[in-house]
Amino acid sequence: MDRSLLIHVAVLLGLTALAVSAAPAAEPAPTPERQQTLVHMVRQDCGSCHGMRLAGGLGPALLPERLAELPDESLVATILNGRPGTAMPGWNRFMDEAEAGWIVARLKEGFPSLQ
Amino acid sequence: MTMRLLTTLGTLAAALALSACASAPTELRGTGDLGVVIERATGRVQIVEHSHDSSLGSVDGLGDLSHAHVAFSRDSRYAYVFGRDGGLTKVDLLTRRIARRIIQAGNSIGGSVSQDGRLVVAQNYEPGGIKAFDADTLELLAEVPAEYAPGKFSRVVGLADVPGQRFAYALFDANEIWVSDLSDPRKPVTTRYPAGKQPYDGLVTPDGRYFLAGLFGEDGISLLDLWHPEAGSRKILSGYGRGEEKLPVFKMPHLRGWSLAAGQAWLPAVGRHEVLVADVRSWQEAARIPVKGQPVFVMARPDGRQVWVNFAFPDNEWVQVIDTVEKRVIHTFSPGKAVLHLEFTPRGEEVWLSSRDSNRVTVVDTASFAVRKELPADAPSGIFFTSRAQRIGF
Repeated sequence: MDRSLLIHVAVLLGLTALAVSAAPAAEPAPTPERQQTLVHMVRQDCGSCHGMRLAGGLGPALLPERLAELPDESLVATILNGRPGTAMPGWNRFMDEAEAGWIVARLKEGFPSLQ
Repeated sequence: MTMRLLTTLGTLAAALALSACASAPTELRGTGDLGVVIERATGRVQIVEHSHDSSLGSVDGLGDLSHAHVAFSRDSRYAYVFGRDGGLTKVDLLTRRIARRIIQAGNSIGGSVSQDGRLVVAQNYEPGGIKAFDADTLELLAEVPAEYAPGKFSRVVGLADVPGQRFAYALFDANEIWVSDLSDPRKPVTTRYPAGKQPYDGLVTPDGRYFLAGLFGEDGISLLDLWHPEAGSRKILSGYGRGEEKLPVFKMPHLRGWSLAAGQAWLPAVGRHEVLVADVRSWQEAARIPVKGQPVFVMARPDGRQVWVNFAFPDNEWVQVIDTVEKRVIHTFSPGKAVLHLEFTPRGEEVWLSSRDSNRVTVVDTASFAVRKELPADAPSGIFFTSRAQRIGF
């Protein structure tokens, strides 16, 4: 009895943690299909400069250890608006703020592989 | 009886030996019609041939092949595959096996072979600089760190082999062009020239005379006359943007010595949806041709009558063909999604185009624009034919 209650609590806590980490801006996560598109875009098209493994190229590495210290909001702003004076363009024609936030959260935890 | 049994056994053994060999190529063949197609996501290359437009097989275990580049040995038997992760793999095109493989850097974008065929030189982002290897053994012979100020290293772009065992290249972070003489491969001698802001790639003209570095940080191209290096570098096509705001560039254009056609250089504008045309004698602007998007590759058919253009995301499903006499687009089509690269056969009767997101390579007749063949490939990017081995600057 006690044990099953504990399990329930643990599962609930786990789910809550997942929900929080998946949506830092409390926005709904993109649909699974859209997530696939975003993963493809990051790996392949952002990958032209940042490398398909995101280890860097003409653009810097986008691996968790490098991004850890950088605030989510500034990373989202960089994705959406680019960085003047560098080769980084703004991608706001192709995604909204919630989707950029989803990408930042995934980058910080280790970006998903191509399906 | 015993004799007959022995003969039978002997025949059987011979047949078995033969069938075991059948999986590896045993017939004699040349390499002049061979090529390599990069399958970027799987660390694999296909070996292809363009006499009959077919795939002969594949070789895997080549690491991270995003932005992979291939150069060929002088005898066109081996492909040197440069991977993003610093992998340098020497692939035997005939046996379709890895002959040698080293990890030579942390982050690399390509390389080239010396005039005499004895050196393979890699250009690297991390550590920034170039490295020269023995073409047979891949033993490291020399290193030229791109240290442009004390403790500051630049990423190297646009490496091109030029006559005299020299290599010309540009330093993205240092706004310079360097020329390294590797006549004595153990003692490279390097000369520095100023370039404009943020050179993103370079090319040498097919005669090996002019090195051009395309600029990202300003409108224009840096030009160095290698026959008169004492005159230094100068800027051409400067201010082609006329101060207008640049369009976003979602993928850097690429330059190589295929840009010359009909006495003119055909070059991608940066941040403008145009192909720039410069007269090769005066280096003055001769024309600009509006195109569908940000050009990435602007490649002349070997005879120079046509120039083919592909584009950066999000216009990367399109390809346009420019007639170099009429100076206008004469054909627009889509061979597939995310067209990353194209390569002409040595005399240009056909062109191969890779469509990353359609997982195929399309072979197109350059006279009729008809599709001759489609070959399946896993997220293909670069296509490289062995005819590059005989050209300066590839």
